[in-house]
Amino acid sequence: MTLEAPPTIAASNARASIALRVLPPGLYAGRGYVVLERAFRVYRRSWMVIFSGFFEPLFYLFALGTGLHKLVGTVLGPGGHPISYTAFIAPALLASSAMNGAVYDSTMNVFFKMKYAKLYDAMLATSLGPLDVALGEIGWALFRGGLYAAGFMIVMLVMGLMASAWAVLMLPAALLIACAFGAVGMAVTSYMKSFQDLDLVQVAILPMFLFSGTFYSLSVYPAWLRVVVECLPLHHGIAMLRGLNSGVLDGAMIAHVAYFLVMAAVGLVVTARRLDRLLLR
Amino acid sequence: MSAPETAEVLARNSDEAAEALISAQGLTKRFADFTAVDGIDFDVRRGEAFGFLGPNGAGKSSTMRMIGCVAPVTAGTLRILGRDPATQGPAIRARLGVVPQQDTLDLELTVRENLYVYGRYFGMSRAALRPKVDELMDFAQLSERANAKVEPLSGGMKRRLTIARSLINDPEILLLDEPTTGLDPQARHVLWDRLYRLKQAGVTLVLTTHYMDEAEQLCDRLVVMDGGRIVAEGSPQELIAAHSTREVAELRFAPGANAAAAERLSAALTGDRERIEALPDRVLLYVADGERAVARSHEIDLFPLSSLVRRSTLEDVFLRLTGRSLVD
Ligand SMILES: Nc1ncnc2c1ncn2[C@@H]1O[C@H](COP(=O)(O)OP(=O)(O)OP(=O)(O)O)[C@@H](O)[C@H]1O
Ligand SMILES: [Mg+2]
Repeated sequence: MTLEAPPTIAASNARASIALRVLPPGLYAGRGYVVLERAFRVYRRSWMVIFSGFFEPLFYLFALGTGLHKLVGTVLGPGGHPISYTAFIAPALLASSAMNGAVYDSTMNVFFKMKYAKLYDAMLATSLGPLDVALGEIGWALFRGGLYAAGFMIVMLVMGLMASAWAVLMLPAALLIACAFGAVGMAVTSYMKSFQDLDLVQVAILPMFLFSGTFYSLSVYPAWLRVVVECLPLHHGIAMLRGLNSGVLDGAMIAHVAYFLVMAAVGLVVTARRLDRLLLR
Repeated sequence: MSAPETAEVLARNSDEAAEALISAQGLTKRFADFTAVDGIDFDVRRGEAFGFLGPNGAGKSSTMRMIGCVAPVTAGTLRILGRDPATQGPAIRARLGVVPQQDTLDLELTVRENLYVYGRYFGMSRAALRPKVDELMDFAQLSERANAKVEPLSGGMKRRLTIARSLINDPEILLLDEPTTGLDPQARHVLWDRLYRLKQAGVTLVLTTHYMDEAEQLCDRLVVMDGGRIVAEGSPQELIAAHSTREVAELRFAPGANAAAAERLSAALTGDRERIEALPDRVLLYVADGERAVARSHEIDLFPLSSLVRRSTLEDVFLRLTGRSLVD
């Protein structure tokens, strides 16, 4: 029905769930999937661009895994079990690449589409609402992140780096990470004025990648620094995936998931409201 | 037929009962402390072609964006198809076609995909879109470029594609913000013809333009805006009758002699509506009978280098109402 019937308020009202009542009216037409469909059309022709993003975490894995593994050998993984250094950093690289893919898409690409291509202006002149646009674009970032995560996990499997059966759950977990970073990235982008502002994103992302326990356990830090890092989203991503890979599931898992759910929800609401303010003015 | 479709039909019928498709009272748009649209009133009736004329910065686009439900109304009331844009934006936009002043084509897609994807934004099915897209590419005479990227197309082609795109959802109201700016004369005439046919088919047209001939050709009724306000309203003929004379005599004197000639000619004017305007290069006499005005000039021994008598046009009205000097 949704496919065939012309858009109507009756239909869109029915689809707009109660949860969306907190948002101003006219924000959502229940058709975010058509925005996603557009993204698929665009990238169908330029799939090489997507493919290239797949290699970055692999390069890290091979370079550091082979190089440092010789020096470090085994380390203590989650739950205090010894684990090869390569298997220690692999889930962390997976979390980082989920973050990087989502952030790149939701900052650089979204900024260009918003400020220069006027893509969202065109979309919002139709019966779509800002939330449809936000959902569609974040959905695309998510799909792309999921593709990278799946590819990386296949490599982990082949290299024997998966330490438990729980490791398959790293895929949905990586998607959750991508979703949260994508939503917040798009919200942050809506405040950016120029391409220079986008450099600030890298200033935030790179240290987070280096210091969130990607390459070593946080126990090496003084207590205060540990507290700081434990507040950062990437740390939660890394701890979540590392725990899943080793099959060590504890109460902290729930905290990690909750952290990302809140992050995604806040990002989505802020994005929809900002698109509304910026473009529908 | 599914329930939503029935609801749609009911909504349409109730609109038909109320005759104004768009109605605005005290419509105002402010950006921070700058007032772009300053409390305007107008009604657009079903099936008519309604025009907004006005100099740069008059507030035409701001008004169009409010009608298009992409800019919130600051004050006053606006009803489109009987609905409030503040709460029913997507539902109203579903029945509008919009040609913005600046093209917003999707540069990452081809010509065909631009039309197709835009239709998808409206929730149209793939099956319904396939013939529609071909038909519109034909309409815009872009069938040969169907699979070309949009970026390298010429400005006129892009404009035609934007206009074709605005028709994808069979809109009841078509909003055109300077549709033919940047088009060559051929393309403009083709477009006028297309718009005329759409009007025949019952589509209500709302357009802004800087071309007076376009307004005369297309608009049943128009308003002239200046500084965010409506300064005149009526059909092109009514406006000419109300704000200008029947004819205009343009007398060209030697450079520097125009002002002095105008001074002397002003005595020759009779009717109360008649007036005279001295420009650096010529003198304009707004009179009922142009030939007689030229004869008068000869009688008082004023012999222009050249003279031309023509009918008053909308352009005369426009310049009269909004002035000759640039405001911004
Ligand atoms: N987003 C905005 N923020 C601030 N001022 C704006 C904005 N949009 C328009 N204005 C101002 O409002 C006034 C009216 O602009 P508008 O675009 O409606 O004029 P217009 O009649 O369409 O002019 P033109 O013929 O040049 O297209 C202008 O002075 C413009 O600078
Ligand atoms: Mg304008």
